[in-house]
This record gives sequence, C-alpha cells and structure tokens, in this order.
Amino acid sequence: MDVTINVNGTDYIRDIEPRMLLVHFIREELGLRGTHWGCDTSNCGTCVVWVDDEPVKSCTMLAVMADGHRVKTVEGLEGPDGLDPIQQGFIECHGLQCGFCTPGMMMTGRWLIDKNPDISEEEIREGISGQICRCTGYKNIVEAIRWAAEHPKGSEVTA
Amino acid sequence: MTAVEEAPISAAGNPIGFGSMKRKEDQRFVRGQGNYVDDVNLPGMLHGAILRSPHAHAKILSIDTSRAEAHPGVVAVITGKTLEGIPRPALLGDNFAWMPTLSYDTQAVLATDKVRFQGQEVAFVIATDRYTAKDALELIDVDYEPLGAVMDAKKAMDPSAPVIRDDKGQTDNSITDVLGNKYWESGNAIGTQEAIDKAKADPNCVVVTQEIMYPRVHPAPMETCGSVAYLDPVSGQLTLWTTSQAPHAHRTVYALVAGLPEHKIRIISPDVGGGFGNKVGVYPGYVLSVVGSIVTGKPVKWMEDRSENLMSTSFARDYHMNGTIAATKEGKILAVDVDVLADHGAFNGVAQPTKFPAGFFHIFTGSYDYPNAHCKVTPVYTNKAPGGVAYACSFRITEAAYFIERLVDCLAAELGMDPAELRLKNLIKPEQFPYETPTGWVYDSGQYEKTMRLAMEMVGYDELRKEQAEKRARGEYMGIGISFFTEGVGAGPRKDMDILGLGMADGIELRVHPTGKAQLRLSVQTQGQGHETTYAQIVAHELGIPPEDIEVIHGDTDNTPFGLGTYGSRSTPVSGAAAAVVSRKVRDKARLIAAAALECSPDDLEWSLGKWSVKGDPDRAKTIQEIALLSHGSLELPEGVEGHLDATAVYNPPNLTYPYGCYICVVDVDPGTGQVKIRRFVAVDDCGTRINPMIVEGQVHGGLADGVGMALMELIAFDEDGNCLGGSFMDYLLPTAVECPDWELGETVTPSPHHPIGAKGVGESATVGSPAAVVNAVIDAISPFGVRHADMPLTPANVWRAIQGNPVRVDMAVE
Repeated sequence: MDVTINVNGTDYIRDIEPRMLLVHFIREELGLRGTHWGCDTSNCGTCVVWVDDEPVKSCTMLAVMADGHRVKTVEGLEGPDGLDPIQQGFIECHGLQCGFCTPGMMMTGRWLIDKNPDISEEEIREGISGQICRCTGYKNIVEAIRWAAEHPKGSEVTA
Repeated sequence: MTAVEEAPISAAGNPIGFGSMKRKEDQRFVRGQGNYVDDVNLPGMLHGAILRSPHAHAKILSIDTSRAEAHPGVVAVITGKTLEGIPRPALLGDNFAWMPTLSYDTQAVLATDKVRFQGQEVAFVIATDRYTAKDALELIDVDYEPLGAVMDAKKAMDPSAPVIRDDKGQTDNSITDVLGNKYWESGNAIGTQEAIDKAKADPNCVVVTQEIMYPRVHPAPMETCGSVAYLDPVSGQLTLWTTSQAPHAHRTVYALVAGLPEHKIRIISPDVGGGFGNKVGVYPGYVLSVVGSIVTGKPVKWMEDRSENLMSTSFARDYHMNGTIAATKEGKILAVDVDVLADHGAFNGVAQPTKFPAGFFHIFTGSYDYPNAHCKVTPVYTNKAPGGVAYACSFRITEAAYFIERLVDCLAAELGMDPAELRLKNLIKPEQFPYETPTGWVYDSGQYEKTMRLAMEMVGYDELRKEQAEKRARGEYMGIGISFFTEGVGAGPRKDMDILGLGMADGIELRVHPTGKAQLRLSVQTQGQGHETTYAQIVAHELGIPPEDIEVIHGDTDNTPFGLGTYGSRSTPVSGAAAAVVSRKVRDKARLIAAAALECSPDDLEWSLGKWSVKGDPDRAKTIQEIALLSHGSLELPEGVEGHLDATAVYNPPNLTYPYGCYICVVDVDPGTGQVKIRRFVAVDDCGTRINPMIVEGQVHGGLADGVGMALMELIAFDEDGNCLGGSFMDYLLPTAVECPDWELGETVTPSPHHPIGAKGVGESATVGSPAAVVNAVIDAISPFGVRHADMPLTPANVWRAIQGNPVRVDMAVE
C-alpha cells in the first residue's frame, strides 16, 4: 500500500504492508533509530512521536494511518541553532541514564511545556505517567522538563 | 586522599577529578543517536522468532515444521532435533540442544524431551523479516501431553510432586550444586540454636519468629534482550552484537557452549538500554541467533518481545524466608536464624560465586552487632522460568537486607519499642570496623549511627511520631518505616569467588597518546551508569588529564581487556579501582621519564595534579602532556624504561566493599481501600568516595523507584496450572512518575580503606535498601489493626486483606 508520510519535514513515499506499525515504519523503513520499542501493549512510551503536533505512542498506530500526516521524531528536535531546550534540559538535570526511554520522554516533555509553559511538577508527573523509566526514578526527568520550561531559548551552557 | 577535595576545573568547565559533571554519553542519547542492539542492521540480515511453550510442564510428542518451512520468506526452522544433530566439541555436552547455566546446571536451548515452564523455547524460525518470522510461528504444529505442574515451591519436595528434571535422572525436585550440596548454610548453627533456646527460657528475653516472603519480580529493563549474530563462513569469525552486561564472560561462555575457538569470537555490547541483572546470563535466544547464522550463513537478528522478556528471562527473588530473632527485653539482639526455601525455577540459572553457594545472602546479619547467626538455604526446582540472576542485587543481598530489616521491625513491635531506638541500640559502632560478622564477612568501614541520625533529622522523625499519634487518635493511618542496610559489593577476591571457574577480577588498559590525550579501555559494561564520564574522572583525578581529553572504550571484546562485567555493583569497586591503579602505573612511569628530561633523580621529583616538578624548584616541571610527547619522542630513556606512556592492570579486590545507608519512608494508608500513598522518602547513602555526585544521586533515585515498585506493585505470580500472571506491562505493574515521591537524599562519606580511591559502589544500594523502608512504613501505618507483617507487593487488595486479618499467599493466584 502506498503512503506519503512527512517525517521531520521531509515527505517519504513508501509501499508498505497495511499492518506495519508506525514505530516499525520509522525505524525499519526510514532508519530513524531514536524512536524505540519497549513493550507489546502500549504501556511503556519509549516509542512516543508527534503526529500532527500531538504526542502519540507510535506502536498504537498503523503506519498507513499516518498517510498524509506530519510526524516528528527525536531526530527532528535539534534545530540549526543547536539542541532544543528539552534536550539541553535532560543533559543539564541528568534526566537520563541508559537513554532508552529518553526520546519518548523528551517528545512528551516538549509538548507539555508548549501547551503550558508554567507547568507544575505535579502536572509534569501526570503528563509523563503513561511512560516508564527504569533508571532515573523520574525526579530528574521532571526537573529536566521544568528546566526546559524555564529556558525557552535554551542556554549556551551545553554545547 | 580525602573524599571532599575540590577538583580544579578544566578549560571545558569539567572537574579534573571528582565532582558533578555532565555526562559525555548524553550528547548522543538526546539526539536519538544511541546505538542499541536492535539498531544494528547488516546487509542480508535475517530475522529470528522463537516459538514458546504454552504449557508449564508437558511432554513433547511431536513437532511438525513443514507448514512453517513452506511459508514464503521463511529461510529455516530450527528445533531441538536440529540442535541435537549439530555436533559440538564435548566440553559441555555433545550437542547444541543443551547449554550450561552460570551454576553448572544445564538448560535446554530448545526443548527436546519436554517443556518445563510456560514460555520455554521450543522452535526458532528464521525469515527475511520480523513480521514473517512471527507469522510462521503459528504454522508450527506441536503435539504436547500436559504433565502436572509444580508451581508452589513448598510442595516441590512432596513425594507426589511431578519430577521436573528427569533429564538428569532425578527422582525429586531438589537441586544439587557443583560441590554436591543440596542446601547451603553459613554461620554458627549450634551457637545460634543454643542462644535462641536460652532466650526462650529467659523471662528477660523475647524470641520472635516470622515467615517473610520476597516474591518473584522481574528487572524489566526498557530495552528487552536480543542479539545479532554473524559467523563468517570463510574465516570462522563469530561477531555477536548482544545485550550483555558482561561481554568478556559471555565470550568465554560461547566458546564453551558453541565449541567455537575463543579467539574467533568477538562480542560487541553496544549501548545497553538498562540491565539490572537481566542481561548477565546467556539466553537460548542469543545461542539461537548464533546457530541461525551457522545454518544460514547470514547475519541473524533476534529481539524478544516484552512478554517474552517477562516470561522467560532471569527472574529474581522467590525466597521464602522463615526467620527467628532473639533479644533481651531491653532490645539487645542476641541471635538470628533463618531457614530459606529458594525457588530457582526449572533450570538453576542463578549466578553465585562458587565458594559461596548461598551467595551474598550471608549478609542477612545486617548492620547490627550480635554474636550468633545462622542461615540454611534449600533450593528447589519448580515449573517456572529459570530464576536468580537478576535485579540488583542478584547475589541475594536484596533478599537478605529486606529480611533482616523486616524482622527487626517485627522484634520492635513485640518489644513495644520504637524501631529507630532498637536499631540505634544494635548498630555496629565505628570503632568496631573492620567488623567480622557471624557469617564471616568483614565489613570494611562505617559510621552507621551518624548516617542514621542524619536520616532521622532530615525526615523530622520525632515530629512525625507526634503527628502519627495525633492522627491515630482521630482514625487516620500514617506510617513511618526505617531501613538500615549494609551491602557487600564488588565481587570479588579471587581466592573466594569465581563464576564458572572465572575469577572475578577486571583488566584495564590506559593509553596516553603523544599529544597527551588518552584512551581508557574497560572490561566492564555500562547499562546507563555513565562509565564514559566517571572513568574519565578517575583518570583525571590520578593524572590531571582533563576528562574531556579521555575517551573511555568499552563493550567490545576485541578492543578491551578481559574482565567479568558490570553487575552486583562491581564496576566501581573492581574496575574503578583498576582505573586508579593503571593511572598510577602511568604516573610512576611518567616520573622516570620526567626525571630523564629534567636531568635529575626520580626521587627529587614530587607530584602535583598533572605534573612532576623538582622539589623546592616548582618551575622545573614537566606536565603529563609534555611527558607523553617525550615518551614517544627522541629523549633517551633510562635503562629499563620502555617508550610510550601506556599501561595495563588487572585488579583483584582484596575484600568486598560495604556501602550502607539509612532510608526512611512516610506513607499514608486509606484503611477503607488499602491504598498506600508515599508522602516522603528520605535516603541517606554512604558509598564512600563519590566520583560524580550527580550520577551517584541519579543511581539512588532509580533504585528507590525500583524498591517502591517491588514493595507496592511488582509481582510475577502463577496460577496452579503454571500460567504466568505477570507476562505483560498490563499485568506486571511498574512505578510511574505519579507513584514516586520527590526523593530527598543525604549523604555521609566513609571511604573504603582498601579501595584505591575509597569508593564503594552504589548502583544497587537503593534497590536493596528501599523495599523494607516502604513495607515497614505500611505495616507501621496499619499496626493498630493488629498487623505485624504482610508480604510484598502491598497492593491495595493485599493491604486491605491484611487489615481484615485475612492475608493470602501473594505468589499464587487468588480465587
């Protein structure tokens, strides 16, 4: 089945199996390895990407459902001026250890602060509660997202 | 050496030595440029999928793979019969169908005679893509004859119990270790029994007995296990990309398992998405990817699903611990005895240092000073996945620490004494270190009371007790739980410890290049611990080379020296020590070269960070970078000094290190629903010298969340037919950000006297220490209902049942 999916600003035209999950399309068809796969049941959130500016667990969606839509992955966060503040925040606040949940956490975190720049700690915790991290105990992830909220233009501290 | 010295700051803003520093590895991870096993794609690569048993115990009557083999895209289907037909040099059995476990037991790679747990590997399909391989699994017809399943460890030794390991000629479900033991003891059996009997007869003493279970849980790293194997048919070289915490140990195991020459095996463990012990063992899936490559001549990738991960790989715990503690009525502990029934599943896959078969459970004596202790651990087979190697800390310290801290609280309840007061009365005193425990471990250093008082002060212990009394008076139930734990980590001294005959030492190599930049090659393997940063800091601390000028190389056996890997919090205690030792070797060599360049005696030189200078004439000096160039240049070197500035070292630890800590948890419990809310969690850790405090604290945070999960949510239970009830994240509940409080951390610093930089390791401290704090808090909250103990996980249902006086077995399905 032919699809055209815009990923990180580029249109990709592919002939794919109708049953292919979006996460596999991103990883296997496009070779974008930053979106991870961590469970069979849409509980872990390592696969979160944006579809039309909304966070989506890309294992819950067939790739054909994204036909004609815009997808943004972790690879699309960094801009010409450098890292996105959410990426900087995760470095500054030690918001990651093994790095596996990190892309999904950053995609959700960036969306949360876009929606609400004054987001509270409790709202962040609620906002990422559909995603699992086994390394950090979440405290520094919450702080990383807060950091990004407080530094909308990032900082020059982190190269 | 002092633990709190301020390191100078490099041009890049990093500490040249110890101190918080942003992690080097983060740059790739935040860009989505990590390189995990599933990110490895090779030209012509095929994909494997495993058919697993739906039964816990069943005879295999026949397997018909013809429909699967005919399916378009399927390249090969491998069964146990195929493996039996592949000869192997007879080191460990004469064919591929069976492989050794880390405990010298055997485990089926693919079942041949019968299946022994639900989820066991039965057949392996290799196809052109992942979806096709999965499709073909449904086309394999297996005819099973179900047998009775042994799901309750307490019934495993019943005469009527079905025998699981008839393949070994067994007539019961007992486990016999490599030394011929059917159970494992440590401590003083006679003295302990006498002390307990005497206390029972003494009106001034009390004796408390409590059965405490640590149920089966799973490490569940976010990245599941997997591998990509390629055996070059021409050169015979096997390259295996795999999720391994111990690449070098794996290389040796594959040499034994596959009969391949070890010099032709290269293990690459790229970025690992969390391990927690889950990635220590060698799984059938890894071996099958190798066999698949041998059979097809192509690279073969195998990545397990989450349900496969939860149902078939390295569970932990499953310890039924029956403990007895004797004490005076004033609260002085006299003796502790514990009888453990250990459920090891269908294959004994536990990783234990051979000479300590009860593993580090020997540390069940805890942080207290008393003369008599004894443990007896009896392992049995059941129809569950092989257990044992998992979840900080696989060496059974987690069970031991939970046991003693729960039992001490039971004693406090019996005595009517504040659990903090009881602990303070019994803690080992600073002047007693090194302290030999009744089971023979020698704790290296500690200031236990100082650490405990800090935790009590941080949490506001006395005020909380007042608040608790007021709340109880009006029918509200809050609880305060304390855990004071000691771990023994950094396995281990080679005279005492080995796994499969491999001593637990770690090699390291440091190369300082002509321009003064360095590479450090490690045997251990990070799974998120930040080795690329902390090891550079150790070298920086010893040599004065800025950490940004030091590249840490790991995870590739062709490019790093041999060592046993990262688990049991052993990286910093063993390999971290090696990093300091190898740096000091380089420093000593640099001194000789500097002396030649400065035309003086080496004895005339003194070291200050980053340079050797002439005593009393500091302007006559050579920096380590200058010396590096000199070492590669035309300077005439003194006799016996080789050129270049490289060194290697192998560190054989003289003792374990003993990190410890005091954790205090505050909970509110709704007695109507059994719901537990963690209000606060204070954790004071003493892990000796902190190389990178930011990373240390991050490790503690993660372990605390692990502990909260195990205490309140996580459980792998089974029904009596052997169905696994925790086989997905829908059923196996892990803590999220809303269940975790805002951790409050404190520290004391008591360096290890025998470690070159005084560091003790911290990776598992919080996982070891936190479950007891949470459980003790919940039991404290509901103690007015007459509850003295309830087993984890303290789900709302289990708390509610305990309040009703109707607790149930947590590890078996409840009707």
